[in-house]
Amino acid sequence: MSVLLYTENWEGKFKKLTFELASYASGVAEMLGTGVTAVSIGSVDDQELKKLGEYGVGKILKADNEATGQFDTGVYAKIIADAADKENAEIIIMANNNAGKAIAPRLSVRLKAGVASAVSELPVSVSPFFIKKRVFSGNAVAGTEIKTEKKIVTLSQNSFDLAEKPADIIIENFDAAAGGPSGNIEVREVERQSGKLLLTDAEIVVSGGRGMKSPDNWGPIEEFAKLLGGATACSRPVSDEGWRPHEEHTGQTGKIIAPNLYFAIGISGATQHLAGISASKVIVAINNDKDAPIFDAAQYGIVGDASKVLPKLVEALKEAKSA
Amino acid sequence: MNILVCISQVPDTTTKVKFTENNTKLDTGGIQWVINPWDELSLTRALELKDDPSSGVQKVSVAHVGPASNEATIRKALAIGADDAYRVDTDALDAYQVAAQLAELVKTGSFDIILCGIESSDYNGSNVGGMLAEFLDYTSVSGISQLEISEGKAIVNREIDGGKESLAVSLPFVGIVQKGIAKEPRIAAMRGIMMARKKPINVTAAKDIAPLTEVKEFEPPKPRPACKFVDPDNPAELIELLQNEAKVI
Repeated sequence: MSVLLYTENWEGKFKKLTFELASYASGVAEMLGTGVTAVSIGSVDDQELKKLGEYGVGKILKADNEATGQFDTGVYAKIIADAADKENAEIIIMANNNAGKAIAPRLSVRLKAGVASAVSELPVSVSPFFIKKRVFSGNAVAGTEIKTEKKIVTLSQNSFDLAEKPADIIIENFDAAAGGPSGNIEVREVERQSGKLLLTDAEIVVSGGRGMKSPDNWGPIEEFAKLLGGATACSRPVSDEGWRPHEEHTGQTGKIIAPNLYFAIGISGATQHLAGISASKVIVAINNDKDAPIFDAAQYGIVGDASKVLPKLVEALKEAKSA
Repeated sequence: MNILVCISQVPDTTTKVKFTENNTKLDTGGIQWVINPWDELSLTRALELKDDPSSGVQKVSVAHVGPASNEATIRKALAIGADDAYRVDTDALDAYQVAAQLAELVKTGSFDIILCGIESSDYNGSNVGGMLAEFLDYTSVSGISQLEISEGKAIVNREIDGGKESLAVSLPFVGIVQKGIAKEPRIAAMRGIMMARKKPINVTAAKDIAPLTEVKEFEPPKPRPACKFVDPDNPAELIELLQNEAKVI
């Protein structure tokens, strides 16, 4: 019996999310009285892999061969299922991100393992396995029992604190998916902006809505985000109008994020918007309508014209930083 | 070429969800049911493809797992333009059971492209599409925001962290759809609503498949503290609060 963790990599590197997952997996393993094995797919050097040991991972299965070069979810699910069998894993943990959402359901069917997705807390109990998950786009929490012997849990990003727990680590080569890539997917083109802070990774997000009045007023939003080391986002009408790219849309049908600090600037806070940002630790709202629903979600608020208040806020931040 | 769009029905987003029977069941009183937003966009894209003769799409069907009382939602999909519908006659219990029922249905038909929304706005699981693909042993691509058909293959855009990939995928395949696949959901016209009444809903009996998970109880999200207001003429106070009280900057 063990806990298996799937660790995705980004061009051979891990990121904070990886260590959140490792910390979470260690917490679950402790409840079960067992250890954590990670399975890494693709090319990651041993120095990077060893970082997982800081957060309680005791063993790593390194699957790096021709089958792993392309992200084919069926192939990845098979590799993780093989690793789960080899390690006799009872619980398999991965991120609730693009890759995790694509792999977890395939793995579920392969292992006949029930899935709890988008969780942000440790299980309430492991026997029976009872865990809380986000439902109704953040408007409720469902206490869910997974009834199968094997279980899959996907963790929301930035929802679980890092917990250092140095462990000795063994790295083993894992000869995975001898069948090779399926050949059903051909990559024609890849567009990637490297070096840009991803909205889902950002700990501070500055988001603008229609209250900014014009795409020409976005300068202060970008400047404010840059000063704070954060990312920029927007509400749905703003992306629908083409003021900002779709990748920036946060909300029910856009990105769902949980930064430490979220600024809603000129955003009224419709249910659909709150669905994407309500898990943020602290929400600050600037809006000219004091009855706007965003103030019910916000911890701090300023009632005023967003396009006028924000430049003053940028100046105040600059002063505070230089003080 | 035939496309099957899997649809689920969800409470309208503006519905305030309430629970009953000691917070163990969703209170369905007063709920306005709609087609899950991502499924509606998938259907819209499928119909756009069918409208373009060069795509080779001849038929767009919808599939739903649910009781007869959900047929109003299926009729909406027919009114929007789906040619026919399939309903597996059982309550939807969890993603695994729904995907397994859909897989049985797909095996009896002839579908080249199967579309599922990336998640449903009620249980937010993001599971049915991937599970269906695994049951069928089909290729799946998740998070697609564009779909074209060219030379017998699906050409899709998939979102990856920090960018996107364009892929050519052999058929049959399961496309798991996110925002962007169609600009706006197509709305039923009066003629469509009239025609929908005559379109067939094929009802099939459910297979005996047990769910793997069970929701035991619901709770409201943690309440948030009341908002502390800052004078718009004194933004420095907000910076000070974020630094020293919330300690987030």
